[in-house]
Amino acid sequence: METVLRRSFKEYRLPTVLNTAGKKWFAPVLLLLMWHWITTGGRVKPILLPSPESVLWALVETLNSGELAHHLGASLVRVLEGFALAAFLGIGLGMALGLSPLLSQMTEGIIQLLRPIPPIAWLPLAILWFGIEEGSKVFIITLGAFFPIFLNVLQGIRQTNEKVVEVARVFKVPRSKFIRKVIVPGSMPFIVAGLRIGLGYAWMCVVAAELSGGMSGIGYMLMDSRALAQTDRVLVGMLAIGVVGKTMDYVLQRLERKIIRWRSFYNGT
Amino acid sequence: MAELLQRHLGSRGTPLLILRNVSKKYGNSGQELMALQDLSFSVFPREFLCILGPSGCGKTTLLRIIAGLEPDYQGTVTLEGEPISGPGLERGVVFQEHRLLPWLTVTENLELALHKSNNGGKRELIRSYVQLVGLSGFEDAYPSQLSGGMAQRVAIARALINKPKLLLMDEPFGALDALTRLRMQQEILRIWEKEKTTVLLVTHDIEEAVYLGDKIIVLSQRPGTIKRIVEVNIPRPRNRSEPRFLQVRRQIYDELVEK
Repeated sequence: METVLRRSFKEYRLPTVLNTAGKKWFAPVLLLLMWHWITTGGRVKPILLPSPESVLWALVETLNSGELAHHLGASLVRVLEGFALAAFLGIGLGMALGLSPLLSQMTEGIIQLLRPIPPIAWLPLAILWFGIEEGSKVFIITLGAFFPIFLNVLQGIRQTNEKVVEVARVFKVPRSKFIRKVIVPGSMPFIVAGLRIGLGYAWMCVVAAELSGGMSGIGYMLMDSRALAQTDRVLVGMLAIGVVGKTMDYVLQRLERKIIRWRSFYNGT
Repeated sequence: MAELLQRHLGSRGTPLLILRNVSKKYGNSGQELMALQDLSFSVFPREFLCILGPSGCGKTTLLRIIAGLEPDYQGTVTLEGEPISGPGLERGVVFQEHRLLPWLTVTENLELALHKSNNGGKRELIRSYVQLVGLSGFEDAYPSQLSGGMAQRVAIARALINKPKLLLMDEPFGALDALTRLRMQQEILRIWEKEKTTVLLVTHDIEEAVYLGDKIIVLSQRPGTIKRIVEVNIPRPRNRSEPRFLQVRRQIYDELVEK
């Protein structure tokens, strides 16, 4: 009875090759096939949704002409500038407020008020202050990336285990050593998580800011292509945004595992 | 025998720690909870004192008061005549859980607690304490790579590294398995003899108290009061199955259970 059950269970199992590689590629391949099917045979107008083949050609074209690299490069520079500024401010202010109850009480109200304002809502003001090109965009990115970084650093410090703090008290660990050896490493998972979220926000903000003005960047390329009815190039731009965003997150994720070796991760099972 | 006698006589010298009418209340005026009531006793230098009581009798609170982690209490606690008002390096603490910092290695954990101005001897000193607790070779291990017993050994080394006059231990072996616990009891006696320190150990394990203590303070159920102070005049190493041991154990057992 037992063997029969076991065999019948085995029969329903997918072959192992499909099991490992298949899991990752199943959804993308299915999507691609559907996309191909919808866009061939005149089912959908190419201006609404071009075929995957024409998007591929547009990709090759924009790569060859250097257009894609130019716009991506412009966006990347802005993101890195804004993100670096946000990381500096977010970590700095997060630490300052996290380690000073007085400071955090004094600033709590203003932070609660500013936080719900979407970064992009600052754009009109930012353009007035910093001009339509680089300045306003970097400002928006900084603002977008700042809050997740800042709030995570703050939370990371505040979640420090009381028991560990007691150890520091019992052994009279000096304040600066306490911050360096206890507070900062203990909040590192939160800090890195904040940086990851912040980088994601920065990337979203740059596209949003570029969509609303300027003459370069991947967001500009999207709007420009739409104006010229080159939907395949719009899709190339969108895919590039996805790929770059994913790559940046991957780099930070690797960095996270490298920094926080002492922690074992839960994989969801 | 001579040494024992001497220790006994010597211990009647000046007490290291004196508690006078110590009480501790939790909560505010409306709902007060008396945790400890009117405790008075002394601990003499080189003494191994056990505080024994059922859970909830306030024995951990008592230890925390002596450690300086509970500044809000009634009565007086003095260490070498100085009233205790906060944590101090002349008292080393081992908690129930090891409380090592997971992101620091064994060496770094000890370094965190170590107060020493000249950098030169630091590493040597740390190494000697790692050796004292029998963990040579694990200097660079992270706490997650250690077993519960090993981690608690590091915690003991950390508590001793500033050469405290008084070692405070709060059910230090409570979370360990039975065999490891027996081993650690032998180990703490060895370390105590080698370091010539004074130990105050809190436990709810009668056998542990009889095996370790020169003196056992038996606390009652909440509010914690001193039921009895038992002098354990059994020479070490003590045998857990010898009549005298069993007799003391029985005596305390009856005391705690009868009520």
